[in-house]
Amino acid sequence: MKKQLPMFLVFLCGMIMIVQFVVPHEYSQTLFQHSQDFVIVIGVLALPIGIYSLMKSTVTKARREPKERLYSLITIIGFAVMIIAGLKRDWFTSSTSLSSNLFNYILVPAQATLFSMLAFYIASAAYRAFRARTALAAVLLITAFVVMLRLIPMPEPLSTWNAEFVRWILEVPNMAAKRAILIGVGLGAVTYSIKLLLGIERAYMGGD
Amino acid sequence: MRLSGLFWILLVLCAGFTGPARGQGASDLAPPTDLVAADIPNDKGHGVQLTWEPSADASRVQFYEIYRLPYRPPDEGPPLRPEETVDDDWMRVGAVAGGVTAYAQTEGNTTIGAENNPLYVPRDAPTYYRVRARAADGTLSAFTPAVTGIAKGNWFHTQRVNVLVIAFVLGALMLYFIQKAKRGEKIYIRPIPGLSRIDEAIGRATEMGRPILFVLGTGTAAEIATLAGYTILARVAEKTAEYQTPLLVPVNDPVMMVMAKATVKEAYLKAGRPDVYNPDNIFYISAMQFPYVAAVNGLMLREKTATNFYMGVFHAESLLLAEAGSITGSIQISGTDRVAQIPFFVAATDYTLIGEELYAASAYLAQDPKLVGPLKAQDMVKAAILMLAVLGVLEMTVFKTEWIRSLITPH
Repeated sequence: MKKQLPMFLVFLCGMIMIVQFVVPHEYSQTLFQHSQDFVIVIGVLALPIGIYSLMKSTVTKARREPKERLYSLITIIGFAVMIIAGLKRDWFTSSTSLSSNLFNYILVPAQATLFSMLAFYIASAAYRAFRARTALAAVLLITAFVVMLRLIPMPEPLSTWNAEFVRWILEVPNMAAKRAILIGVGLGAVTYSIKLLLGIERAYMGGD
Repeated sequence: MRLSGLFWILLVLCAGFTGPARGQGASDLAPPTDLVAADIPNDKGHGVQLTWEPSADASRVQFYEIYRLPYRPPDEGPPLRPEETVDDDWMRVGAVAGGVTAYAQTEGNTTIGAENNPLYVPRDAPTYYRVRARAADGTLSAFTPAVTGIAKGNWFHTQRVNVLVIAFVLGALMLYFIQKAKRGEKIYIRPIPGLSRIDEAIGRATEMGRPILFVLGTGTAAEIATLAGYTILARVAEKTAEYQTPLLVPVNDPVMMVMAKATVKEAYLKAGRPDVYNPDNIFYISAMQFPYVAAVNGLMLREKTATNFYMGVFHAESLLLAEAGSITGSIQISGTDRVAQIPFFVAATDYTLIGEELYAASAYLAQDPKLVGPLKAQDMVKAAILMLAVLGVLEMTVFKTEWIRSLITPH
């Protein structure tokens, strides 16, 4: 019963969603909208569990590992300050409130800093990936070189030739590979969904 | 003399008020003709499609203006009818360029609470439209006669028949191959390096006495790739239970955390080592992308994880995670269905499950006929699609016809 009931619910909800997919009527769309709202409700209800988990792991870490104590303390203080700063609705929505200032001038720059590191990570990953150790890696290296050349000013007619060749690379072999992956992903997703509906795939519930 | 001057001034003013500039009197610009208002098919029932024949002076028309009678909610009185209205009652809903002779009005199809909008298109009730032309010099044509459009809710989406057919064919093939596999017939699955190295990667972490990190991505539990990630997590957890290697699963969604705990706990029970299961190793960090990445990267650097798995939905954080793992010298296995992130994983991790390989993991790892059969069915459909693509290209190139294309394109 512990497994049968969730599996029945998965089957029922899945079948409703399949029917909903081919019925564009307002009733069907309203049902879909409500199901989406229900997902949000579940997410909101689960949030306290997440917060409890975060605080528990942070406090445990602070207790057990002295080296982690500072980071844990920052997490706890940040958590408490953000809660207090957002206690009133207008504190949270006003663009000049403490909550907005903390968000805009601490969190957003911190996130942007982390995101900007991507540029350096791309360079180091590309350096490793573009070592021509095999024939295929050599093809990758040459192709990448040609594609990057498009961004460099070159004299005519080299520039036009290169632009045309790069366009062909992107629109023909590159697009073919992307579409092949997308077709595989689409079919794989449908197969996986049918397996979930029929109860064949149960690993997400903890297996058999 | 003064009276006659006043008369002429009044005459000019009257001509100005009632003349063609308001589109009510005679105009030398011919109006569009044959206005038709029809229901838009395959929608929820709040869309009307207008079509008309261009004005006889099409070369002069800068654009066509579309007018309608505003929607009146039932509690505010009966719907407005053209014969009971004057020009000022009509509302302009839009305009299209002179060369265009169609307009779709869909207020209410996509907007929530659109009933309060006078442009709302009610379902199963008449909406009245008329169109006029406007020339570049501001000259307006007369209006077309008002027409009625009734938007209807449709019960079947005819453009999704192809998806339905392919799902049924796939389902039937799945059942066939499951039966075949159950009868003991050998079904070949090509080796997938990323999956065959899972045991090796876990063994390495065990030998080094360092933990294993499993990242389920930054998607939600409602996404197929995330669910596929749980399949691999179950397998990895079973092995780590056997080897008593710590398994860390930081997640970005509380629902995913609950599911991950259930998956890992079941796997430890299955392995006969529930005593080794530590629920604190599966924890929530943040729902925000970059705080989550910062925490996971910090975890890798401090805990010195020996093996990192990235299985699920990934966005811009894919390379940030994979490169941090690469810096710590971990063996890394990744898998995602996001095409844009696959190159980053290929460049930065040791093994990558590309697209559908992620979904094939359960069949590959379990070798259960019930799981292997669907995989074969999927391959058969894929082969059929490939064949159709090749035949379609040949047909269009050699015979210059598009029969195959019309067969698979929704009508």
